[in-house]
Amino acid sequence: MMANFDQVSLLLLVLVPLAGAVLTMFLPKDRPRDAWQFAIFVAAISFILSVAVFLRYDYAAGGVQFQRAYDWIGHPLNISLHFGLNGFGAPLVLLNGIVLLGAVLISQTITRRTRDFFVLLLALGAGVYGVFIVRDLFFLFFFYELAVLPMYLLIGVWGSSTDFGTFLRTKEYGAMKLMLVLVAGSVLIWIGILVLYVASSQAGSPTFNIDDLARMQQDGVLSRTLELWVFPLFAIGFGVLAGLWPFHTWSPDGHVAAPTGVSMLHAGVLMKLGAFGIIQVGMLLTPVGAEFWMPVLIGLGTVNVIYGAISALSQNDLKYVIGYSSVSHMGYVLMGIATLHPVGLAGAVLQMFSHGIMTALMFAMVGAIYERTHIRDTTVLNGLIKRMGTTTFFFAIAGLASLGLPGLSGFIAEFMVFTGAFRTYLPLAVLGVIGAAITAVYILRLLARSFFGEADPQWEHLTDASPVEKGVGGVFVLILIVVGVWPAPLLNVINTGVASALSVF
Amino acid sequence: METGLTTNLHLLTPEFALTALAFLVFTVDLFLPERSKEWLAGLAAASLLVVIAVALLMRPEQSTELYGGLMVVDGFGLFFKVFFCAIGLGIIALSVEYGRDRLQHRGEFYGLLLFSIVGMNLLAMSRELLTAYISLELLSFSLYVMVAYGLREARSNEAGIKYIIIGALSSAIMLYGLSNIYAALGTTYFAEIAVDLSNPAAASPVLWVGIALLVVGLGFKLSAVPFHMWAPDAYEGAPLPVTAYLAIGSKAAAFALTLRLFAEAIVPAAARWDEWQLVIAVLAAITMLAGNLVALAQRNLKRLMAYSSIGHVGYALAGVAVLGSDFALAAKGVIFYLVVYAVTNLVVFAGITAYYNREGKDDIVDLSGMADRQPFVAAAIAIGLFSLAGLPIFAGFTAKFYLFAAVADGGMLWLAGVAIFTSLVSLYYYLQVMRQMYIERPAHAAGSSAADAHGSQDYGAHDSHDAAEPPVAPLQRPSILLTATMGVGLLVVVWLGIYPAPLLNLIETASAAILPLG
Repeated sequence: MMANFDQVSLLLLVLVPLAGAVLTMFLPKDRPRDAWQFAIFVAAISFILSVAVFLRYDYAAGGVQFQRAYDWIGHPLNISLHFGLNGFGAPLVLLNGIVLLGAVLISQTITRRTRDFFVLLLALGAGVYGVFIVRDLFFLFFFYELAVLPMYLLIGVWGSSTDFGTFLRTKEYGAMKLMLVLVAGSVLIWIGILVLYVASSQAGSPTFNIDDLARMQQDGVLSRTLELWVFPLFAIGFGVLAGLWPFHTWSPDGHVAAPTGVSMLHAGVLMKLGAFGIIQVGMLLTPVGAEFWMPVLIGLGTVNVIYGAISALSQNDLKYVIGYSSVSHMGYVLMGIATLHPVGLAGAVLQMFSHGIMTALMFAMVGAIYERTHIRDTTVLNGLIKRMGTTTFFFAIAGLASLGLPGLSGFIAEFMVFTGAFRTYLPLAVLGVIGAAITAVYILRLLARSFFGEADPQWEHLTDASPVEKGVGGVFVLILIVVGVWPAPLLNVINTGVASALSVF
Repeated sequence: METGLTTNLHLLTPEFALTALAFLVFTVDLFLPERSKEWLAGLAAASLLVVIAVALLMRPEQSTELYGGLMVVDGFGLFFKVFFCAIGLGIIALSVEYGRDRLQHRGEFYGLLLFSIVGMNLLAMSRELLTAYISLELLSFSLYVMVAYGLREARSNEAGIKYIIIGALSSAIMLYGLSNIYAALGTTYFAEIAVDLSNPAAASPVLWVGIALLVVGLGFKLSAVPFHMWAPDAYEGAPLPVTAYLAIGSKAAAFALTLRLFAEAIVPAAARWDEWQLVIAVLAAITMLAGNLVALAQRNLKRLMAYSSIGHVGYALAGVAVLGSDFALAAKGVIFYLVVYAVTNLVVFAGITAYYNREGKDDIVDLSGMADRQPFVAAAIAIGLFSLAGLPIFAGFTAKFYLFAAVADGGMLWLAGVAIFTSLVSLYYYLQVMRQMYIERPAHAAGSSAADAHGSQDYGAHDSHDAAEPPVAPLQRPSILLTATMGVGLLVVVWLGIYPAPLLNLIETASAAILPLG
């Protein structure tokens, strides 16, 4: 029974949300609640699947598991729908399962064209799962684009615009910028994939299979020069989605313009696709290039940390603060990857998971506040704890996790990243720690300014989090704490991936 | 090569039948009262179905030459015959409702459509320059008339005149090129040209001029930049179904000729003469760049589609440029791209036609609020445009990936890079259309439309899900025929995007028929 499940589990991970998206199209148009409930049903199944897949991943054995290949296009391109999960994919699959369910639940407030919204949201979820679990570059790119595709409409139709007084950041602007920048990144990825394919074709066995290409690299088929200019294609192409400075500017604008559920998914898991791509494609297939460019990447990652934190410091819009804090936190992920050190890399992946949960939680709570106040200006909001105690509590926990309070998941992840960085690039590690200190400043200032202290009478009418929001928030907080005190289940799995990824260096 | 009268004329049954049926349409048209002209659409569609059936029943086991080598009946021709007839069916589906009060002489319209398909079918079978030229003229003359068919539409007549003048000019250029080739080589058969090109003694200025002019003539028919000037005007002025036909049918036919011409006349000589690859590659690159960049500035939907189709011609030409490297892969890539491009464009044009039939407008801004007023049509156009932009799970993604992989594998990574970059450019203007349909509110329903358009509303206090939107009157549903066309087209677009293997196997057989032996 379970063996049979392992055969199809990865296929199901992609099929369930996709089928859910297709079926949602046929729900009655005038009953938005049905669409929401059905989407919850689909997301719950996919959540259970993701948990099962994560638990079934045998970290003692390591390597790529649950492999299953379906022929797709034969000679000469030799593309197959090849599933397989490694130690990097497993925790991220779990993350996607959690955040997708949370995002669907939180999207209760979507009342306009609800059906279409969930069709796109589930398609996005399917794309994200796909990237984490395929072993073929064509399909990796396929799912990567599938995850980006719905964003334009999700933000453009259901998003919100921000008025800065002197100028507007409209949702159309945010959506278009996000879409174009991300697809510009895919242009580089696409070219990189073609280069590797052509190399394999010239070597006599054309393939898009990741493992075959990795073997080909180890056989010395790729020249050093080729790797040196292919790795930047992947690092920048995927890095764009990971919020890599200076290609990050789409990210705060996109996150802010997006509706709550989409912000959660986007900051929570979509940005991780980029970091995952750098590891899975860049590091694995062009390790020589990776080794050469890593000093640059860690430099950019450090800029991410500092620049993101300083930008967050100067924002007054609640959502922009979190948007820039995401840029800053993805910097830790990039730094961890670039250390090429076992502890640093494991920390990076743990940070992906931890940041995914905490940022999703923050966006959910900000969404709850904005839903009630229609204001996100931190200089206007105050004393929210008085009326919105639970919301404040959840937001505070997420904030503390993000500034790296021991006992919460962010601390372990950042600590590991710093450990790796201290052993490899000491000065940059110091700068990274300074970034963490700035994070503490803007998070604590935000908490003090908007959540605690005296409340204006205008906030008297506010209601606290709804049961759904409480449920989602509670579970997310629980995860932050559990991972913070007992990260072993995640780290065991992550370490198998780290070991095999670093074995080629 | 055999001479004298051909004894195997029965192999041309599909073309003879189609010609006869076209005349039947013209004849019946004379006796039908105006209100029953719709029957002719049915008759024409039935004719095409019969021809598809006959062509499939007569599936050639091997290549058979006709008329002493002027034409050949083979798998390649069969594939394109069925493809062209299917395009014809789609165009008929688009024309029925539109034609009711926007086309003059509807009966003749369907007859001309059948004639043009005869021309396309013959084109895909031609193995000799003059035969190809005559087939191309049969196609073009039908199109010249069809472009000018708009009823009470000055711009349709204007487009017809522009199209016929430029078309005649390009035909003259091509014919002059043919005469030069004949003067230099003494033959117009593709295979003999290949042999002569491989012979160092054959090189002469006259030959180069001839080949250059032939390529220019083809460039006009394909609307490759810089020979594309006629396309936007003709597209904009032509009645919508004819615009669709120009974008889909005439392009596919010109590529069928290009593929066979290169496969049989030029690729075999590549060993001695491969500069043509770079020429075509540069042509492809300018075509993609110019088509997609100029499309950014368009306000009219039909002009936008014209420039977008120029861009797509560039992609397919990129595949032609690498025919000399790995012929089978490149040819499959080009044919696959043509099929996907045709289906996707058919869906988009069906959507535009459905909207135009209700609204009578074809500027991009006129699409505002369409998602609320005609949800299915908007979804069809959106999916079509996503597919054209090359996003999964739609056919355009698979086709582009396949074609660009072929281009890169053929040693032209830079060209694949240009193609991928221009795809990104195209995404921007496709998204502009999407924005009108899904995000903008209808201009007349939003009260102060001018203020709305300039974004002066209070964004701080409103966002989309709680702003009270004025109710929008939904439009009358699109006709069943158009809905069905879009529905079937969308299924094919998704199917080819998810599982293209069966189609690729068919294409494999088709392209194997023209595989150069050299």
